[in-house]
Amino acid sequence: MYAQLVETGAKRLKTKEEMSPEELEFQEKVDAEIKIEPKNWMPEGYRKTLIRQISQHAHSEVVGMLPEGNWVTRAPNLKRKLQLMAKIQDEAGHGLYLYSSMETLGADRDEEIEKLHQGKAKYSSIFNYPTLNWADMGAVGWLVDGAAIVNQVVLQRTSYGPYSRAMVRICKEESFHQRQGYQILLDMMREGTDEQKAMVQDAINRIWWPALMMFGPHDDESPNSQQSLAWKIKRKSNDELRQMFIDQTIPQLEFLGCTAPDPDLKWNEETGHYDFGEINWQEFYDVLKGNGPCNRERITTRKKAIDEGAWVRQAAVAYAEKQKQRANAA
Amino acid sequence: MTQTEALREYLLRLADSDMILGQRLCELCGKAPALEEEMAVMNVALDLIGQARNWYEYAAELIDDGRDADKLAFLRDAHDYRNLLLTEQPNEDYAVTMGRQFFFDVWHYFTLTSLTESSDERIAGIASKAVKEATYHLRRSSEWVKRLGDGTEESHQRMQDAVDILWRFTGELITPDDTDRVLAEAGIGPEPDQLAQDWRGMANEVLTQATLTPGAEDAWMYMGGKHGEHTEHLGFILAEMQFLQRAYPDATTW
Repeated sequence: MYAQLVETGAKRLKTKEEMSPEELEFQEKVDAEIKIEPKNWMPEGYRKTLIRQISQHAHSEVVGMLPEGNWVTRAPNLKRKLQLMAKIQDEAGHGLYLYSSMETLGADRDEEIEKLHQGKAKYSSIFNYPTLNWADMGAVGWLVDGAAIVNQVVLQRTSYGPYSRAMVRICKEESFHQRQGYQILLDMMREGTDEQKAMVQDAINRIWWPALMMFGPHDDESPNSQQSLAWKIKRKSNDELRQMFIDQTIPQLEFLGCTAPDPDLKWNEETGHYDFGEINWQEFYDVLKGNGPCNRERITTRKKAIDEGAWVRQAAVAYAEKQKQRANAA
Repeated sequence: MTQTEALREYLLRLADSDMILGQRLCELCGKAPALEEEMAVMNVALDLIGQARNWYEYAAELIDDGRDADKLAFLRDAHDYRNLLLTEQPNEDYAVTMGRQFFFDVWHYFTLTSLTESSDERIAGIASKAVKEATYHLRRSSEWVKRLGDGTEESHQRMQDAVDILWRFTGELITPDDTDRVLAEAGIGPEPDQLAQDWRGMANEVLTQATLTPGAEDAWMYMGGKHGEHTEHLGFILAEMQFLQRAYPDATTW
């Protein structure tokens, strides 16, 4: 999940009696699973919430390139290097695609990016963790893209048409990334040296909890979820999604021959789900507030790229303008 | 020099130049001036390293000493690398990045175009696919050189500075040595005079359109990459690029 704690502006859900005729018509459409399109009327809160959620998602794709960029210059062979490059390129593409979908709501890409650089907009907390060994490229693909997919598969049914269609396309590529990530780990566990196997376990130990945090706070700590669910911007609650992720991931973890850094993790025969330990929520909120290992570096790198690239973009605009004038004069 | 020796040497030049320029572009991940450029830079890098792999695979077969494409890329030191000096120059600002790309792309495009008609079928096959990618690369970098050269006052100055900085590495692209001559005579490699003429023609044309001044034809040229004598940059590129392979020599699968 690349969007966490998305503010909806709603303290509580409106009852049908409290809704204006337009709001009521809108809600009935949403309830009937009819997609909302850019030209349709929508409540201001719905529009703003979507802009926040889609921009967070787009920012996450772009910031998410950095922990991978950290290893793309040091990949272990040509095949893995090319795979990682293709993944990074896909992510830049997802970012572009999502910003476009966000712009259908009247938001401006440059303004939203500026908010990111000022620390006013969020992106997924996961990308504030460092990638410290090569196996992180596998673990990120498997766990981080894996967690993102659990959320995004559900978001294919989100009520806003352009976002829903973006998700369909993005999900296909993310599934591919996840399989590649898992394969990296599997190959190292099956045919690797002891050092390589230790690398894999180390990567899982570090990325496990931050990956679970990607789903956001517990449902009762998530004040905005109810409105987002009613608007069908969200389709399942944070805890539901987290449980789905754990249930599908543990068998894969066992197949790898690795362990999770959670002594409370065990199969619960009664519920038919895995029980797991409590997330360190203090760490989650710290990272969200900017106090994660790499928050500062990530934003500084992004801001520097855009700031120092200003003259390049200005040149492109100036040149296009000159070309237009020349065409008119001719 | 026998034709086989020349061919091995030449394949490594093609492979290493693609590889090192691709590596330089990888360094830009997350640092390009716009999101569209992130995609384009990674796309070009992907093409180049993909092409490098094809050339390495063929080179490995001819060298036939048990090394595969990965070993050629990741376990040779700087003095065995045969890339053009231009490709190992640092990214600096986007004008230098784009100037380096443009000078390389002109060379690459004409070289690959010629190689599609190589008497060596394997080379012709690889080149036929690669030239499609190189055509796009050249179109893109030419456009950027024009945008930056004929954009704002600042971009013009930066682009002209980039041309001035990089010019001394362009001689190596079009100055033939024994390897080039042996292969040209065998109909395997490009005809050197034609390549030089094509490169100069295209480079001058685009620079002129971009309101930029090319360097002098008789300017001093820094050469040596094709024979393994590199600038100080290559050692650091390899130290980073070959870190895992050197740190974990026992690892055979990744």
